[in-house]
Amino acid sequence: MGKSLFDKVWDQHVVAELGDGAVLLHLDRVMLHDLSGYRALKILEERGERVVHPELALGAPDHTALSAPGAQTAGEPYGRVGPEFMELCKRHGIRAEGVDSPGFGILHVIGPEKGLTLPGATLVCGDSHTCTHGGLGALAYGIGSSELVHVLSTQTIIQKKPMRMRIRFNGAPAKGVTPKDMILYVIGQEGTAAGTGYAVEYAGDAIEQMGVEGRMTICNLSIEMGAKIGMVAPDDITIDFLKGREHAPKGADWDAAVAHWRTLKSDADAQFDREIEVDVSEIKPQVTWGTSPEHVVAIDGVVPDPDDAPDPDAREARLAALDYIGLQPGQSMEGVPVDWVFIGSCTNSRITDLRAAAEIVKGRNVAGSLTAWAVPGSAAVKAQAEAEGLDRVFTDAGFEWRAASCSLCVGANGETLAPGQRSISTSNRNFVGRQGPGARTHLASPVMAAAAAVTGAITDVRKLME
Amino acid sequence: MQPFTKLTAIAAPLYRANINTDIITPMQYLVGTPRESMGGIAFAPWRFNEDGSENPDFVLNQEPFREAEILIAGPNFACGSSRESAVWALQGLGIRAVIAPGFGGIFANNCYQSGILPVVLPEDVVAGFARQAEAAPHTARFTVDLENCRVIPPQGEPVPFEADALRRSALLQGLDDLGMTKTRVTEIAAFQEADRERRPWIYPGS
Ligand code: SF4
Repeated sequence: MGKSLFDKVWDQHVVAELGDGAVLLHLDRVMLHDLSGYRALKILEERGERVVHPELALGAPDHTALSAPGAQTAGEPYGRVGPEFMELCKRHGIRAEGVDSPGFGILHVIGPEKGLTLPGATLVCGDSHTCTHGGLGALAYGIGSSELVHVLSTQTIIQKKPMRMRIRFNGAPAKGVTPKDMILYVIGQEGTAAGTGYAVEYAGDAIEQMGVEGRMTICNLSIEMGAKIGMVAPDDITIDFLKGREHAPKGADWDAAVAHWRTLKSDADAQFDREIEVDVSEIKPQVTWGTSPEHVVAIDGVVPDPDDAPDPDAREARLAALDYIGLQPGQSMEGVPVDWVFIGSCTNSRITDLRAAAEIVKGRNVAGSLTAWAVPGSAAVKAQAEAEGLDRVFTDAGFEWRAASCSLCVGANGETLAPGQRSISTSNRNFVGRQGPGARTHLASPVMAAAAAVTGAITDVRKLME
Repeated sequence: MQPFTKLTAIAAPLYRANINTDIITPMQYLVGTPRESMGGIAFAPWRFNEDGSENPDFVLNQEPFREAEILIAGPNFACGSSRESAVWALQGLGIRAVIAPGFGGIFANNCYQSGILPVVLPEDVVAGFARQAEAAPHTARFTVDLENCRVIPPQGEPVPFEADALRRSALLQGLDDLGMTKTRVTEIAAFQEADRERRPWIYPGS
């Protein structure tokens, strides 16, 4: 029987079988941020453990850094953990990109950008969106702080082998439809728990034609479907993306690595526990209406009626979501006014995201009194965007051009909406309180967020593309 | 770590689907909060009113559920963010076992690191448990027996559950993962030595 991409990478990292499907898995990369990574290093010290391979680790205080340009360390949350986190990394010999470094950014953006994330590598971080790195063909997933201590002190983790799922995106996306819409659509169809216990491989011609950044967006949302791991097989697009990056292999190592990466794809007869086929041509731009990523509809859709929910629990959940979000059943999503626009987060803050959003913003103005933020995912993305003049496009229109940080995705740095305010956001979670207590979040793609910025309300971006 | 063998305790019903870890420990209280204080912020959006007073309608603010050591939760419990604070918060409330139809995958792994037992049972069984706990709170004493892998509800037959052999023996002994792995350092070193040959590009400076 053939092997899947996941199986190949998994098998290459098994240090020991522990019985009952669990293994001791070797980890090639570990990333630390200022919340879970900070806690992990503190626990590690309390327990008298040491970091065995600091050279395989990378840290960045991406969560508590403010996105205020030139004042990223000024916030209270950063003050509480940022400097100590940097100090902890230093003490343990871990390379950490501080906010002033040109290498700073959201870990899930800078790992790939530096060529530290590699196809076929295993990678963990104390962060559920670590699955993002699967866009390059890495086997990457989020863990807790205690597990992180285990990883730092042994370079391994105990993990039970997940089941395998493949989602095939067939066909080509229509105009205005982005990778974000494709994955939100699937989450809407399958629900937030469909992927629990699975490692998901994304395949099909729409994935094969997609850039690495789009693949990362898709993998990023795996966890919103319950899957800790999402992966795309590396191909020429991946190899081109990595070539010449700071930490990508060089010389003979590069050639050997490429030869290895070319073997990392699912065999024709690989078995999956579940397969899902998606007709991409049917997907329209998506927007969430509720407080879970599965609460999503096409932009020309309406807020669903709780009475149509499949079961009483789902009905209750929908009622609670509507109460929080302040929308009515049957209401059109188009035209819902927003107070905030957030373009950023590890889901959608890379250069292609900013280019696409700028394309919509160009020559238009941010509507009325709304606040619109463009927050690049890394200092390097910011510099690249500035070199292309995208910053001017945003600021000319009335956007604030911010510095790299997780920022409004989770508000750990103190940047939040006011209670009751409504945002359209390119991030990944529309949970209750995610962007601040009482804040109402609508998830969408960068172009949809840009369209709302210039119209003042949730808008079908396709109308601005005509 | 405290071993988990058999626990007989009050079980609190919180049977809602998709309760995420942002609800269990909201970000606004999280940064810099020590692990030992996490119980104080557990379920804050539901447990407290806007003025900081307790919300009497929330189950964990009611007697006898304040004393609960078992939580009966809905499908996909503790999904979302990987924050281990969710486990520490439950622990802070005195919870030692959670029974649900399913868990967020990262949360389940985090539970084992603190000696909390996540028990997966079918939806109808868990919903039935929740109804029992609601209907007769003061007699809602459930037994979660890891030695024999079964839950004994106040009424009805014991229900068997599955537990990974590895996780089970670790919990029974009160061992976390690190203790187990420390016995395998030579195997890890041997793996790395061979892997450096196979994939030198993974190891900087090799
Ligand atoms: S951008 Fe948001 S989802 Fe991504 S790592 Fe930061 S807080 Fe987590």
